[in-house]
Amino acid sequence: MKAGAQNYFRFLRRCIGVAFLGDWRYYAWMGALTLITLVGINAYAKQFVEGLGVTGMTDHVSWGVYIANYTYLVGIATAAVILVIAVYVYRHQEWHDVAIFGQLLAVAAIIMSLAFVMVDLGQPLQSWHMLPIVGKFNFPQSLLSWDVIVLAIFLLLNLHICGYLLYCRYNNRKPRKWFSVPFVFVSMFWAISTHAVTAFLHEGLGGRPYWNTAIVAPRFIASAFVSGAAFLIIALQVIRRVTDYKFDDQALLMLRRVVQISLIVNVFFFASELFTEFYSETLHNSSATYLYLGLEGHNALVPWIWTAVGFNLIAMVLLMSPLTQRIGWLDVACVLAIVGIWIEKGMGQIVAGFIPTPLGQIVEYTPTFNETAVCLGIWAFGLLCFTVFLRMSVPIVEGKLNKANEEESGYKTSGAAGLSGASAEGA
Amino acid sequence: MSESTNPSNPSPSRSGGSSDRMDRRSFLRKSTVAASGLAALAASLSPLRKLEDYGSLEEFMQKHYKELSAEEMDQVLKRIEREVERQYDVRPHVQDLKPMDGVEFVYALNLSHCIGCRKCVYACMAENNQSRDPEIQYIRVLEMPNGTTDLEQGDHRYDPETVPRKGHYYMPIQCQQCENPPCVKACPCRATWQEADGITVIDYDWCIGCRYCEAACPYWARRFNFKEPHLPKDQVNPNMHYLGNRPRKKGVVEKCHFCIQRTRAGKYPACVEVCPTGVRKFGNILDPESEVSYILRNKRVFVLKEAVGTMPRFFYYFD
Repeated sequence: MKAGAQNYFRFLRRCIGVAFLGDWRYYAWMGALTLITLVGINAYAKQFVEGLGVTGMTDHVSWGVYIANYTYLVGIATAAVILVIAVYVYRHQEWHDVAIFGQLLAVAAIIMSLAFVMVDLGQPLQSWHMLPIVGKFNFPQSLLSWDVIVLAIFLLLNLHICGYLLYCRYNNRKPRKWFSVPFVFVSMFWAISTHAVTAFLHEGLGGRPYWNTAIVAPRFIASAFVSGAAFLIIALQVIRRVTDYKFDDQALLMLRRVVQISLIVNVFFFASELFTEFYSETLHNSSATYLYLGLEGHNALVPWIWTAVGFNLIAMVLLMSPLTQRIGWLDVACVLAIVGIWIEKGMGQIVAGFIPTPLGQIVEYTPTFNETAVCLGIWAFGLLCFTVFLRMSVPIVEGKLNKANEEESGYKTSGAAGLSGASAEGA
Repeated sequence: MSESTNPSNPSPSRSGGSSDRMDRRSFLRKSTVAASGLAALAASLSPLRKLEDYGSLEEFMQKHYKELSAEEMDQVLKRIEREVERQYDVRPHVQDLKPMDGVEFVYALNLSHCIGCRKCVYACMAENNQSRDPEIQYIRVLEMPNGTTDLEQGDHRYDPETVPRKGHYYMPIQCQQCENPPCVKACPCRATWQEADGITVIDYDWCIGCRYCEAACPYWARRFNFKEPHLPKDQVNPNMHYLGNRPRKKGVVEKCHFCIQRTRAGKYPACVEVCPTGVRKFGNILDPESEVSYILRNKRVFVLKEAVGTMPRFFYYFD
């Protein structure tokens, strides 16, 4: 028992040690991320002192880009399990290691989304009030309480699975099935429910007709699979390029198919929603009118949403053509989809729901500089976490960091040369 | 990290060769990196120095309203009185009046005679200690063109020389004190709930400021303190209720509470009292003799957004 704990701590210590080693590209990338994180912390400190008045939010548009990012990132976390499904349901054992990278992306995405919820709170120090037992947990009524639970458990599940698999690899032994496989299957189910709860958070509000529709959850899942899989394609290529961990294009092309199909489904859902909103011409379509056409001279979101629509359609056409079987074109389609979904889901879905207000007033929303700095800070911190996770896990997966070479003090110097930076450019 | 930045760390083997020098150099480099990292973090946190009021530990650890014993509540009310006096130089009387037995409050508003003067809006502010800068109001009056009840056609910023304007009617909207309140359902920490007399209240010390209730409200009745509230000392109303008009802090939600500090003491809400045309009616629906009971029985009464299923206790009528 004691030896086991010692071994585990040695494993952790070595992982942390590795996170500080890399070539100049690694240090430059990490340095830049740290800098942006610090700028974000600075902006948040300002918000903490002066209140949420430093954001562009008002009583009219009471949620903004923080909740937009939160929603988007829960989607990314959800989609990161696609590879897990490929490995455990479709038995593609060769992607087993790549799936671990996907789950690490999920962990980073959940950390970011939790941070986005925290910065959105007016009384962050009192956030313990919404925890079970110590606080006053409004379960099962409040969907926000559901969200706290599902996100926390999803984080723990992913941490457990990645941590356990990597630790076994480090010790060069086979993972015990009962200690990993059940968790893996729960996490697949959990991923979908996590994002469904995020959608229910919006669609459960009867007073907001734009959100109060059953298509929100399916659309969230479809768009999450688009953006998440596209994000994974880019991230895996970065790993392949800057580390000496190699894998062929098959995993990327499988993910391409996921982006392709879910993007078509997403565009279909989108069209179905547009039809319902605009054909029936009820008074409930003002938010949609504001979003797509502008309302009474207010049209701040119109250029954004048409950009998103354009990006999504171009990405869809690209993905349906054989062009994107070439990785270069696939990258283009992925970037378009990532940005398109971010606008559509974040600014489109969240902000438009608040305009006009339930009393029919049109007040527009633009994020402030400070608010944007906080967002960039959280994104930088999330990418920092993801990079560190990869920096630790790639050498373990490759077998370069394992129990056997624990005693070789040479790892630090000789090993580091072979292990250049884990990630050198934006994922 | 604090150990490694200790500059007076004596080297045990001064006679060491080149490897020792290497160690010392890498040690120095590491400490420089660590120290500059800490300095950068401290610099980025520097806005926190402007933090004036962190709130007391007592306030931070305070239990939920419903879990406070009578003695604890007493302590809390005293603390609030102390804090208000320190901040506003006014000795307030903060109470925790409980709902009266056999009372359920209901509001009725006669749209036929409302002239849109907005006196209720300002009487409400004078009574309920809302922030004046930024200005927070609980009542929103819409100028509606005759012939529609579509709120989107209402004007929120009407400003003619005299009211009422021809061809228009006026629709004041505030918290509808729903029997099935979506805001209460939404709150993740039970900081807002419905009391036995029908008033939906907020524990301002328990609210975490997530604004989910604000998103959930179909009547746009809730307000959030986006900035530190400012209330001139000479405008403070010292008659306060814990769940009502005691001064709020930044980062929490507030709204109309039917002037709980007045109505639970048997008085009318401020908006009812100030109304020059007498269109605002308030009373106990459980009392068949009350004015509101009469109105609900005999007038052509409707509620806002009935389809949403919130079952408001705020009724509008024409006569």
